[in-house]
Order: sequence, then C-alpha cells, then structure tokens
Amino acid sequence: MDLIIIFISAAIINNYVLVSFLGICPFIGVSKKLGSAISMGMATTFVMTITAAVAWLINKYILIGLHLEFLEIVAFILVIASLVQLVEMFIKKVSRPLYEALGIFLPLITTNCAILGLALFLVMKNYNFIESIVFGFASGSGFTLALVIMAGIREELELARVPKPFQGAPITLIVAGCLALAFMGFAGLI
Amino acid sequence: MVKAKTPLYREFTKGLWRENPILRMVLGTCPTLAVTTTAINGISMGLAVLFTLVMSSLIISLVRKQIPNEVRIATFIVIIATFVTVADRTIAAFWPAVSKSLGPFVPLIVVNCIVLARQEAFASKNPVGRSVLDALGMSVGFTLVLLILASIREIIGSGTWFGMQIMPPTYTSWMVMVLPPGAFLMLGMLIAFSNWLNAKLEK
Repeated sequence: MDLIIIFISAAIINNYVLVSFLGICPFIGVSKKLGSAISMGMATTFVMTITAAVAWLINKYILIGLHLEFLEIVAFILVIASLVQLVEMFIKKVSRPLYEALGIFLPLITTNCAILGLALFLVMKNYNFIESIVFGFASGSGFTLALVIMAGIREELELARVPKPFQGAPITLIVAGCLALAFMGFAGLI
Repeated sequence: MVKAKTPLYREFTKGLWRENPILRMVLGTCPTLAVTTTAINGISMGLAVLFTLVMSSLIISLVRKQIPNEVRIATFIVIIATFVTVADRTIAAFWPAVSKSLGPFVPLIVVNCIVLARQEAFASKNPVGRSVLDALGMSVGFTLVLLILASIREIIGSGTWFGMQIMPPTYTSWMVMVLPPGAFLMLGMLIAFSNWLNAKLEK
C-alpha cells in the first residue's frame, strides 16, 4: 500500500515537471513531436529507475558509511554521467532497435536536472531500497506523462495562429502553466 | 581571431540583454521557475549561480590548455560540482532559512545548463579576464531576471516585497502566482514581453 502511495504521489501529485520544476529543458526542447516525446520519456524513466537504485546504494554504503555526506553532489553527478554511458553501451549491445529508438536522447539525460534531483530527493526522503526504486520509476512515469501530454498539445498548437512575440518558448510555458493548474487538482488525492 | 576584437566591456554587457541566458536563450529554466516565489529566494539563487559561474570560469580558463579535449565535459562538471558544494555548504551554514526554502535547487546548479554552456562555449576558449567578465555578465543577467520575476510573483502573489507589506491590507493576493502555474505563466509572459521589446528596438 505504501508503494502505491509513493507511486501516485511521485507520478501525479508532485509531478516532476509541473509541480517540482525539474527537467524543464527537455520538457520544452523535446515536446514538439509525440514520437520523440515518448522515446525521451522512456529513456528517462529507464535511467531514473536505475539511478534510484544506484544512488540509494551509494548513499547508504559509501557516503553515509564513510561519513562523506558533503561529497554527495560530486559523487552523484559522476555516477549519473558514467551510468548513462554504461546504459547506452549496454542497450547498444543487447537491443539494437531500442538503441535506435532512444538514440540521441540518452546522452542528453546526463544534464537533465531531473535525474540529479531524483538522487538528491532520495537522500532527503529516507526511503528503503524497494521504495527508492518505485520512487524512481514513478518519477520517470510522471515525467513521461507530462511530456506526452505537452507534445500532444503542441502538435495542435502548430495549427493555431499565435501572436509573434509569443511564438516558441513563451506559448509553451503558458500552456505548461495551464497544465500545472490542472495538475493542482490532484493535490489532496491521498 | 575575430573574438579578440570585441571590446572588453561587451563581454560583460552581452549577458545583460542581447544574450541574456533566460530571456534570449531560455536556459536554466528549472531554478528560474522554482525559486522565484519570493524576491529573497530569487536573489539568493542568483548570487549562488554568480559565485559558481565566476569561480568555475576562472579556474577552467586558467587550466584550459591542460584539459584533454576528450574528457573536458567531465572535468568541467567536477570543477563546477566542487564550487556548488562550497556554495551549498556556505548557504546552509550561514543562512539556514534560505537554504531550506531553496531546497535541492542549490545542488542542482551543477546541471544548470547556463553554467556548463558558458564553460563549453566561452571559458575553455578564452583568456582569464574575458572569461570572468563573460561569467559576471551572464550571471548578473540571470540574477536580474530572477529578481524581476520573483518581485512580480511576490508582489502579486502575497502582497509583499522582500518580506515587507507593500500592497494595501484590503488587497486579496492571487495565490496562484506563488504556486507552480503562476511561475510558468509569468515566465512565458516575461519572455514574450522581451521578444516584443526586442522587435521594437531592432526597428
């Protein structure tokens, strides 16, 4: 039951993009086409789930174990960067189609603040190992959800006549504002 | 070397308007949206970025000839992460309240695209003086936008500015402005306004 609550609260109520403001860059950059939004979402969810597990282990056994908590930022960013590389090489070997689908999106994930944010949130929340993995997967799902909704709206937006100063980033942000307003309705769900 | 001809002051001023990181390049939007609920938060975040960006640019431009090209991104990130740690610990030690309200967004400066982008695009290719000026300009530009956005949100959203009551007591504050949707809406408006102003100025 706890796991379901963690899932719903991370994926919907505290949605990564629309409520916690993490991963806005890919949210604006990759939400033009539905196809690439889904790929990006999948890649991020995948990396987030693995990061959650690895970050938990590192935090528990290296940072806390050796009293090196002040190194958490340096440690996490290095681990994430190498993890993304590893995942990329692994997918390339194991599943060619998946590699081609995720393609250029994997390296981009390293600089996605959602991943580092996830690791930092985990440290604050004191979850156990299983809870951490569920939290990572849920956060990724929430990110994907926001990205896919946004891409759907933006494909329609292409057809609308937007005033010139609002074209591009501004209208995207305003649409995101409306979405965030809608997501606020989920607050108090649990 | 066409770059060497640009006057020094230009390296500073370009970050304020022409290449403003938030308004013109739409970089670093995550902290911009998240911390601008009050003017104090906005300016603290801006100063933290200023410190990190200036120090990293200084160091990276000093050692730019020693960094092997293949591992440059990793090197940049480690240097940036070091200064972010310093900033994070300093804020936590001296201003615990600010540190609490900024939450994970101080550590997240590491992955702030503005910082890495300046290293990759500028500090790794230019001498120390220019790099520091460039970093200063960019971070002042960033801080100014944060301050403007945070002021608008704080005044409309809670009727105060830097914690002081400035709206009449009868004013009903627009709660939505300090909540996430207000951040998206206001930043969208601000960028649209700067686009409009820019188009006017160029005519």
